[in-house]
Amino acid sequence: MEIIFFYMVALVAVISGFLVIRCQSPVNSALGLVNTFFCLAIFYVMLHAPFMAAIQIMVYAGAIMVLILFVIMLLNLGTAERKRYTHGIVWSSLASLLVLVNFIFFIKRGRVTGVEGDITPFLIESFGHTELIGKAMLTEFLLPFEIASIVLLVAIVGAVVLAKKEV
Amino acid sequence: MISVYHFMTVAAILFAMGTYGVLTRRNAIVIYMCIELMLNSVNLTFIALSSHLQSMDGQVFVVFIMAVAGAEAAVGLALMITFYRNRETIDVDDMNLLKL
Repeated sequence: MEIIFFYMVALVAVISGFLVIRCQSPVNSALGLVNTFFCLAIFYVMLHAPFMAAIQIMVYAGAIMVLILFVIMLLNLGTAERKRYTHGIVWSSLASLLVLVNFIFFIKRGRVTGVEGDITPFLIESFGHTELIGKAMLTEFLLPFEIASIVLLVAIVGAVVLAKKEV
Repeated sequence: MISVYHFMTVAAILFAMGTYGVLTRRNAIVIYMCIELMLNSVNLTFIALSSHLQSMDGQVFVVFIMAVAGAEAAVGLALMITFYRNRETIDVDDMNLLKL
């Protein structure tokens, strides 16, 4: 039962990704990308990571895609693009096919190993996923957490400087 | 039963499609969206492996990837608006100021 659901969601995700790369209008591509994000959020729920699914929808489908749609409509690209919208299809499909074959080969031939932790699905259900992530982020990963705040600050300053009139 | 390899196969397909989009499209915003697709497929791999190994490290990394993607969205889209203001297009074939 679960595997049928998995294949349905995977099919929707792949078809939406195909729409992203093939639609001529950028707005249609953006809607396909939102659909892919929702399918990935369903995958995260299936992988016992509900907090990740929530911030996937809030950050990606909520914030980043709204920003992209605003820029598309600000630049009025939906009606301007009527000429060719692709280039180099043959070499690009060869390259991406090589990437795909490489990955599938590694996944088929390889085997996942590593040190097993102690975050079982039972612990996630009883203790809470958000609490576990917060504990890991504020104890073990405290320095990267602070560096991420600096990265965000630099991005805010850069966006404000770039959006001024006379750049 | 669903294994970690199923999720990794889906992530590989999405990553290859993102590569194709980045290499073929001419609109800079669509190229940016294809980069987001590739970042999301990497996120799926991280969370699948972290759930398989019953560890929290991969999911914390996904939170950092999302922070960097947000920063990239702000700066990248501001760059596109600035380029459009100067050249009246965001076609990557017209971005040839450094060409001899």
